[in-house]
Amino acid sequence: MNLMPETILPLDLHGISYAVEGRTLLEEIHLRLEAGSRTVVLGPNGAGKSLLLRLCHGLLPPSTGSLRWGGGGALPAEAVLRRQAMVFQRPVLLRRSALANVTYVLALAGVPWKRRGALALEALERFGLASLAKRPARVLSGGEQQRLALARAWVAAPEILFLDEPTASLDPAATLAVEMAIHDFHRAGTKIVMTTHDLGQARRLADEVLFLSRGRLVEAAPAATFFKNPASPQARAFLAGELVC
Amino acid sequence: MSELSQALSVAGQLVATFDPQMMAVVRLSVLVSGSAVLLAALIGLPLGALLALAGFPGRDALVVLLNAFMGLPPVVVGLALYLLLSRAGPLGEAGLLFTPTAMVIAQTLLVLPIVAALSRQVVADLWEEYGEQLRSLGVSRLGRVATLLWDGRFSLLTAILAGFGRAAAEVGAVMIVGGNIRGVTRTMTTTIALETSKGDLPLALGLGLILIALVTMVNAAVFLIGQWARRRMG
Repeated sequence: MNLMPETILPLDLHGISYAVEGRTLLEEIHLRLEAGSRTVVLGPNGAGKSLLLRLCHGLLPPSTGSLRWGGGGALPAEAVLRRQAMVFQRPVLLRRSALANVTYVLALAGVPWKRRGALALEALERFGLASLAKRPARVLSGGEQQRLALARAWVAAPEILFLDEPTASLDPAATLAVEMAIHDFHRAGTKIVMTTHDLGQARRLADEVLFLSRGRLVEAAPAATFFKNPASPQARAFLAGELVC
Repeated sequence: MSELSQALSVAGQLVATFDPQMMAVVRLSVLVSGSAVLLAALIGLPLGALLALAGFPGRDALVVLLNAFMGLPPVVVGLALYLLLSRAGPLGEAGLLFTPTAMVIAQTLLVLPIVAALSRQVVADLWEEYGEQLRSLGVSRLGRVATLLWDGRFSLLTAILAGFGRAAAEVGAVMIVGGNIRGVTRTMTTTIALETSKGDLPLALGLGLILIALVTMVNAAVFLIGQWARRRMG
């Protein structure tokens, strides 16, 4: 469903900082997010994980530094946004049926009216929600709501999917469903960038780990390396289950 | 006491028999207030949403003004409109003074600030919750207005209802611009005022009962819709 031939990835962050009222929350982040792999952002609470995702997604402007899509070429902002999606910890679903929540996104993507219903139903089926298509989205359970948010992201066919603690408030069964959905996105070639505070989940899903501490990117390493031989004392302490701030 | 009970029983008879003279007055009232509320909603809902979502210089002042205008004295609105519509006024050519159209305009002016100010509040609250998600989805400005108005539909219904209550209950504006002409511009409230001063209490009382019943019914309907919506839509 890509409208432009070239890809928007990789995403480069050059010295990104974010400050509010004199307090620096993210400092001098240099980073490249490559297509294909699953990147998991780890770190103690308040390290700036969610903030980093929001800056990458374009929901917040960085205080300093720059963010470049497509390896440096200037891509139109609208085109870049249309090829990303984000799933929040608590999804905001519209006060209409589950199906209508998905067709809403299809309408935004310019899909002709006649094809929306079938495409939306297909996406709901993929995430095990077909039987709930007509139910109001707001009365679904937490796990169902998150799957609906994923179905909504799915029909947007994003090149990169940001997930901010997508399973933080879910039970194990619902968490499993979300992780399977993330696998689906990964298999379809979508770049995954997610935050989690669940180390087991990070081990299951990560190809690459970004470790943040106090607003700084302390470590960026392949998952196997990070979990086996963390380079920084903060990461070692974090993995050992100590309180890190 | 006997005068009151006698008036009440005659009023009851008028209501029970759907007295044609009385029903004509009720019909005009509902028509005028209903049209005014419809117009005010058509303008006020998008206006409120725009005020909630768009940032421009002077917006806060406009919001304060709008909130203040929720309490506009009807007689003052009536007077201002009277000056505009009277023969010598700038809009005198239209010949609208002392017509139901003038009454609709007057009540629209009264109801518009209520509908706009309340929907601004509803939409602003919704934006708190939806803002990040809608921006993430890349929804255009116009799309945001439409989405939030639709998702706030049940709260907005209450705002519109508040407007209807105001319109149906006011006397001052319709009295001045309508002229209280028998069979043409006489509404429930103006009739009550007139008949009371003439001493025809039964008709005034009967209309008063109908007016209260009407407003209560509309409120009950909106309350039930709201309850149903919360249960069903979450």
